[in-house]
Amino acid sequence: MKEKLLSMHEKAKSDLAGVSTAAELESIRVKYLGKKGELTAVLRQMGQLSAEERPAVGKIANEVRAAIEADIDEKKEKLSAFLIEQRLKTETIDVTMPGRVRPIGKKNPLTQVLDELYDIFLGMGFSIVTGPEVEYTYYNFDALNIPADHPSRDVADTFYITDKIVLRTQTSPVQIRTMENMKPPIKVIAPGRVYRSDAVDATHSPVFHQIEGLVVDKGVTMADLKGTLEVFAKSLYGDDTAVRFRPHNFPFTEPSAEMDIRCFACGGKGCPLCKNEGWIEILGSGMVHPNVLRNCGLDPEEYSGFAFGIGLERIVMRKYNINDLRLFYENDLRFLNQF
Amino acid sequence: MKTPLSWINDYVQVTDIDAREFCEAMTMSGSKVESFESAGDAIKNVVIAKILKIEKHPNADKLVVCSMDVGRGEPVQIITGATNVSEGDIVPAALDGAKLPGGMSIKKSKMRGVESYGMLCSVGELGLSAEDFPGAIENGILILNDSYTVGEDAKTALGLNEVIVEFEITPNRPDCLCMTGIGREASATFKRPFSLPSLSYTPDENDKIENYVTAEVRNHKLCPRYMLKVVKDVKIAPSPAYIQKRLTMAGVRPINNIVDITNYVMLEMGIPMHAFDHKLIGGSHIIVRNAEPGEKLVTLDDIERTLTPDMLVICDAEKPVAVAGIMGGEHSGINDDTTTIVFEAANFNGHSIRTTSKTLGLRSESSSRFEKGLDPHMCELAIERACALIDEFGAGRVVSGTIDERGFEEKNVTVKLDADKINRFLGADISRDEMVKSLELLNFKVSGDDVIVPTFRGDVEHWADLAEEVARIYGYDKIPSSLYAGSGSQAILTPLQKFERKAAEILLSNGCFEIFTYSFISPKVFDMLNIPADDKLRDTVKISNPLGEDTSVMRTTTLHSMLDALARNYNYKNTDASLFEISNVYIKNEDETKLPDEQKKITIGTLSGDFFDLKGIVESLLAGLRVGGAQIRPMTDNPMFHPGRAAVYSVGKRDFAVLGEIHPAIAKNYGIDAPVYCAVVDFASAYRYSKKSVSYNPLPRFPAITRDLAFVVNRDMLSGDIEAVIKKYAGKLLEKVSLFDVYEGKQIGEGKKSMAYSVVLRDREKTLTDKNADEVVAKILKGLAGDLGVELRS
Repeated sequence: MKEKLLSMHEKAKSDLAGVSTAAELESIRVKYLGKKGELTAVLRQMGQLSAEERPAVGKIANEVRAAIEADIDEKKEKLSAFLIEQRLKTETIDVTMPGRVRPIGKKNPLTQVLDELYDIFLGMGFSIVTGPEVEYTYYNFDALNIPADHPSRDVADTFYITDKIVLRTQTSPVQIRTMENMKPPIKVIAPGRVYRSDAVDATHSPVFHQIEGLVVDKGVTMADLKGTLEVFAKSLYGDDTAVRFRPHNFPFTEPSAEMDIRCFACGGKGCPLCKNEGWIEILGSGMVHPNVLRNCGLDPEEYSGFAFGIGLERIVMRKYNINDLRLFYENDLRFLNQF
Repeated sequence: MKTPLSWINDYVQVTDIDAREFCEAMTMSGSKVESFESAGDAIKNVVIAKILKIEKHPNADKLVVCSMDVGRGEPVQIITGATNVSEGDIVPAALDGAKLPGGMSIKKSKMRGVESYGMLCSVGELGLSAEDFPGAIENGILILNDSYTVGEDAKTALGLNEVIVEFEITPNRPDCLCMTGIGREASATFKRPFSLPSLSYTPDENDKIENYVTAEVRNHKLCPRYMLKVVKDVKIAPSPAYIQKRLTMAGVRPINNIVDITNYVMLEMGIPMHAFDHKLIGGSHIIVRNAEPGEKLVTLDDIERTLTPDMLVICDAEKPVAVAGIMGGEHSGINDDTTTIVFEAANFNGHSIRTTSKTLGLRSESSSRFEKGLDPHMCELAIERACALIDEFGAGRVVSGTIDERGFEEKNVTVKLDADKINRFLGADISRDEMVKSLELLNFKVSGDDVIVPTFRGDVEHWADLAEEVARIYGYDKIPSSLYAGSGSQAILTPLQKFERKAAEILLSNGCFEIFTYSFISPKVFDMLNIPADDKLRDTVKISNPLGEDTSVMRTTTLHSMLDALARNYNYKNTDASLFEISNVYIKNEDETKLPDEQKKITIGTLSGDFFDLKGIVESLLAGLRVGGAQIRPMTDNPMFHPGRAAVYSVGKRDFAVLGEIHPAIAKNYGIDAPVYCAVVDFASAYRYSKKSVSYNPLPRFPAITRDLAFVVNRDMLSGDIEAVIKKYAGKLLEKVSLFDVYEGKQIGEGKKSMAYSVVLRDREKTLTDKNADEVVAKILKGLAGDLGVELRS
């Protein structure tokens, strides 16, 4: 019986070696260890043994059972590892095939740059305000110290709704509305659409965007204007950006200045991009004209301020090397997808 | 304005300054240089040379070998094919290594076996024309007279060093639209003395202007000053060469001495002038008046102009002879047999000139100056300068006396100079002395604290204006940079601005691209959009002077712009385009003297997917923006949408968003032969209905029970109605109800559909039992049967 048990273990071992599926393994378990299995059958014959023999054989039987169980477990583990391996092999895919893309849209380049400007100015403490696009001539011209016979008021340049209402030609009227509604210190930017009676071509559009800036308080100086706009230029174009301020004329600022940055294409040597000047104009600015302050009920002897206006499209065109303004308003996906 | 530096040099020394440096400095002091050119830049190693000997070329009939004195000791051998040269001639010679305009470079070479060390030059080869050198011929070597020094650099000798600068003059500085004006700016910029040109002449004291002409001004408002001078014994001839050269460089064609004087003075002093032939002034009397209605005048350009009463004309006793300040009539001009002339230097109202010029479609050098508003004081200088040039040219004899009709007030603007205040304003530290010096160089008179503004500087009237004068001459770049002290803290977006950014982000993450469209549209688009004739959308804010009909009214709907953008993409085969725009519509105010209502809309449009793809985007937008309590219902009456595939969202009784398939007929109007889906959400409403704050809701601790319920209903039964009833009867244990299957088919029956809902129930306080759930389901079923007649699918 002892031999029988031991040879049973050997037999089970050799049976297990040929197993390749879970079902086969189970049938082997049943064959040896099941209720009607071979080991059980042997154990049933234990009664025929002498009382002396019984403990020894019983011990062997238990050892054989444990050994077979261990072998089955081992085989089970091997088998499952093998099966997983088999499955992985059949599941192999071509990972170089394209992914299933979830569509994601893109912000218009105008908004992308505008957001960038927002971040720069918010960081410098400028709040964002807005004003109406259809505006009274008072806000668009009169209060901004633009004389009644100024050419910019001409019907060839300005869209009129009535004698007293126009499509704003600049975001500067928001300056007036802000000073009327807010006590200094004032520190705002005012982005928005503006309108000029320009026929559409590569560099003109009857609709475009400006960002106005205004700072008013006691003791604001032209040095502050320079410092603020230099920080802006460096934030937008990089720390090594060189800027210069050049006298200019705007009816609503005095002194007035245009800010140029050193041409990034030629580094200032002169090239077609900067029209050989070495500099590229970025924005108009100046100290708020005393008449403008007065028109808003602020005493120019007590308060001073500076203002600036940035053309958004122009900045975006430079940033991305876009050479035709019309592209912004055509909304061709092949264009929008590039940014 | 094209400004030759050699001309400016008459008033202030500038030609010794490097051209680029000059331009930089002028730009930085406020006279922006647009561009500058210098003819001589391209020329190198060309000298004045003398032909010592000419010999025949041994191997060529048409060439000669010249031995040249180029001022460098040994003669140089140059071969030429020119036939107009002879021994002893002085000519420009390009030597070995020379460069000529057009990129030509000269190297020593063998011509038919004989060495040539350069080239003799024609005017053309030097970038000039025969007009620059009276007597020169176009197609031969330039022969110079004995006054040239052999060996001198030809660039200097021939004046090819000329630098011509183009300035951009800002509208506040019409005084800079002339050579003396630029000269004055250069004088201040480089701190060098400035002098006006000669104004002296000797009139014939025995003859008086009254013997020739009288004048009256009937409208002094439009003509603040009118001055006349008479010149007799006029000899019409070409002007001196230097005058012709300067006019040419400035872009004005020389004509004859008299006309050239008027143009020269205009360029020099900035005051347009006119010269009349005295014998053509009928009745020897000049009247400045408004035109009669329908009055006609043929101008110098041979076009008959019909005048209107708001236009100012210069007339003789009988008829108009010129449109004031714009152009003379064809009959009064100077011609070869003119013997007596009348010079006019006048001042006209800038606005009137601009309007007239625009109405007539006629612009001239003269009108473009007058329309900027000139200083009447300057007329005197101009007319005297013209007389001085008459004397200088010997072109005639000035008659004594001046007619001067004045209708303007002498201007005398004084501004206080407060150096400390200016420094505080600029944030700079400029000495008072330096301020005074700058102002004086700019022709301001400083007496104590009073600064007397020159009459031609109408733009200066306030201390801030003085600050600009001082700052620009001092140099903006020398003003330090600082940051406004109150600029410490960071600012943030307002809740509304954040809401807008959020809306954009949600739409982007749903695959929509952001577009920008025009705010104005054509009134015809309302027909394209099938909007009824009496619809209030057609009541637009109209632009009185639009660029064209296509952009003539402010939009009351954003759908046209969206469809237009979708159509363009459809045509470009971007057929999966999904777009959005956050922009305004403009709703007319009943009181048209008030501003319209600008309402912001979120507009979404797509060519891809179906109704439920778009609805999914809208739902994700509303959910992301935390817009709560919105109800949806079918919209069958909006003419822009497919009546069976459109819906409207409302909160309470207020509709705030629409979505659906654009009516196929309208899509076709835009050339889109495919379904188009659009949604418009009112921005302010969405913000109003959005939840502004969020607070944490504890996670459920007890399990939920899910029951699936399927119903067979009539095909036109709305899912929204079923859901509403489920919600109504389920009570507070209902956590979620969702439609998970819709089925139509033979088993269900004609005109019917099966709808299956998953109902999730949960008690937040304790574990829900099946019994509780059964009770809720029973209530739901009873409710559905009672309210909608809906029964469970058996």
